[in-house]
Amino acid sequence: MMEKLRSSAMVKRLFSSFAVVAVLCVMTGPPGSTATPMAGITGSFTAPASFFGLFRGQRWMVFFVIALVFFGVWTLWLKRGTQIKGAVSKTMAQPKEVLERRPVRIGVYAVFLLIALVLPHVVTDPFWQDAMVEQILVFVLLALGLNVVVGFAGLLDLGFVAFYAIGAYATAWVTGALPLPPPFGIHLDSFAAIPVAIILAMVSGVILGTPTLRLRGDYLAIVTLGFGEIIFIFANNLTGITGGAAGTNAIPHYHFHISSLNVIWGLGPVPYYYLTLAFVIVFLIIFSLLNHSRIGRSWTAIREDEVAAESVGINPLKYKVMAFAIGAASAGFAGSLTASQITYVSPSIFTVQFSINILVLVIFGGMGSITGVVVGAIIIQTISMFLIHTPPAGFQTQDLYIYIGALLMVMMIFRPSGLIPSKRRKREIRLSEAGEGHMDEVLTGDTP
Amino acid sequence: MSGFLHYFTSHFSTLRLEFWNLLVGGFANGFIYAMVAIGYTLVYGVLRLINFAHSEIFMTGGFAAYFVMKVFVPTTSTPSGMNSVLLIALGVVVGGVVGAVMATVVERVAYRPLRRRNAPKLAYLISAIGASYFIYNMAGKEFGRYNTAMPQPYINHPVFTIFGAPVEMYYIIIFVVGVLMLVILDRLVATTKLGRSIRAVAQDAETASLMGVNIDRTIAVTFILGGIMGGAAGFLFALNFGVANTMGFTPALKAFTAAVLGGIGNLRGAVLGGILLGLVESFSVAFLPGEYVDVTAFAVLVLVLLIRPTGILGERLGRSA
Repeated sequence: MMEKLRSSAMVKRLFSSFAVVAVLCVMTGPPGSTATPMAGITGSFTAPASFFGLFRGQRWMVFFVIALVFFGVWTLWLKRGTQIKGAVSKTMAQPKEVLERRPVRIGVYAVFLLIALVLPHVVTDPFWQDAMVEQILVFVLLALGLNVVVGFAGLLDLGFVAFYAIGAYATAWVTGALPLPPPFGIHLDSFAAIPVAIILAMVSGVILGTPTLRLRGDYLAIVTLGFGEIIFIFANNLTGITGGAAGTNAIPHYHFHISSLNVIWGLGPVPYYYLTLAFVIVFLIIFSLLNHSRIGRSWTAIREDEVAAESVGINPLKYKVMAFAIGAASAGFAGSLTASQITYVSPSIFTVQFSINILVLVIFGGMGSITGVVVGAIIIQTISMFLIHTPPAGFQTQDLYIYIGALLMVMMIFRPSGLIPSKRRKREIRLSEAGEGHMDEVLTGDTP
Repeated sequence: MSGFLHYFTSHFSTLRLEFWNLLVGGFANGFIYAMVAIGYTLVYGVLRLINFAHSEIFMTGGFAAYFVMKVFVPTTSTPSGMNSVLLIALGVVVGGVVGAVMATVVERVAYRPLRRRNAPKLAYLISAIGASYFIYNMAGKEFGRYNTAMPQPYINHPVFTIFGAPVEMYYIIIFVVGVLMLVILDRLVATTKLGRSIRAVAQDAETASLMGVNIDRTIAVTFILGGIMGGAAGFLFALNFGVANTMGFTPALKAFTAAVLGGIGNLRGAVLGGILLGLVESFSVAFLPGEYVDVTAFAVLVLVLLIRPTGILGERLGRSA
């Protein structure tokens, strides 16, 4: 009987291994079309492939071997998983403990800062210099902002791109690049547009948040999704205000003039890199202080049990709106920065996909963990840029979203607390899985 | 002021002229929304979760039916008579079956592992978003990221008129298929043993399992039922609008609005909400430029959630129908 059970579990595992690897094979294979619907799938298995030049064959051979290896590792993990885990955490305990000491941590941060400072002089490839600003640092900013909303306050916002769009359009507006005349007819210096963009994004966070944050969390997700889409529709169609689908392209680079001091950012990505880095560090410090302040603890309390939080005098709506507005601030700045650096805005940037892309950075890094989110954003964006810069055969840019979707599922199934988990979050998830606490009940209103 | 007045009088005159047209079109769209909304409501009933991947079930149903139509509809002439009826029935069945398969896969891969672990709700939502994202981009990779017209298995023509508004064949197909499927589902849930187990799980999963209801099986069946309705709706939608990997997003968001409007978890509420939303949207065409029609659905959603979050008929989880 036991023997039979074990073998059926084994067959199931074997089948699952092959299914997973087959999906992987199709994911990385060539594209198809409605005219030739099977081309992509058959091509994924039959296209020629070689394993580091060792032998020549077809893709399925490589993936067959991968499936077997996968199955072997899985089986081994089931047998020895707890032991391996125990051994790893035992050997890691010492370095982990050392790493958590304050001077060591500050040292590590200093090293990372130093690397960040010299990086644009080491990496001189123009693609990567651009990517470091537009695709990595801007996304770190966005992920930091969304982390406040999703990670700290536990609110699933799927329309985060709206604040990014507002920041970008606000910058275009005050510098006089939009068909809509700038406020009071004053063309602001583009550097002065930064606070305007941040404040406008925060205000719109309050305006959007006040009515919608009364909703249950899963409804909130859908409403924010709709809001992101509405922003897109309006930006696309209000030609007299936003410039319509074509957008606007006369946004000046950041610059300021104080007496004889003239600073212009437009000469290349490097000055923008340092400006963005400075803002990333500022936001990092602010958000980290916030997380450990009374406000951050209130967010945690609301996230863990809204009713209990309310009963000890925390006003949930107030703190949720605050989280929305604070998260929007960094997105507003990121929008302003993008608008200024690429000197144009158009609605095509602000899609729902964009919001999901930011979400995946937060989930991957670890909801609520600032270090995790920064590291996660850097890793994912670097890999994405690498794939875009040097695409493997059959790779289309939009295929990235396939991987992103798969990553979201995999993370939720195997490591919901993320790459570098936040201690609070990790504990909550563990308690919740053990049936204690009401984590994220705020999300469904399912308070027992 | 006179401009303002003119705006309204001119729009009301379009409304008067177009009233019956808009009514018929609104009902047809409404039935499609209702069929998709049923999927949201069923899953919500048993899991208390919005199935974010439902839009992709709709899309897969549409694509499956498209490929079948491509094989069976002759390219030289449009079929008519009995051939059309059979082809449309085939499309509905294929769309429904593939929708059900996709729904099962989503449940197995994106939900069941989390349920085993008793994961927090946020994990379900994110996992389902990931599944949705994965499926529609995968479809984009395999079948191209553009809209393709469906080979037409019937000749679309006005069959009769209501007060001068022509009722096209397309609308009649939607009415017939929609009413048939919705009635069958309603009876299934209200009268059969299967339906009773779904209602029992919706009411109180723990007690239901103590009474001998197999929760895993019931949840799987619920996903299958929702998948059949969603996949078939995908086919009906694609008949007119064609297939594309992103075709599910907007209709599903509207169907969700419909489910909330009628009262989520309430089957008849979903139907009522779907038809109402179809009508609201259809009549908004008389007042708004076409690009903003999609905005009305979101506006309805936000208003309902703020004013009456339980919907028109109220959340009646677990009661018969």
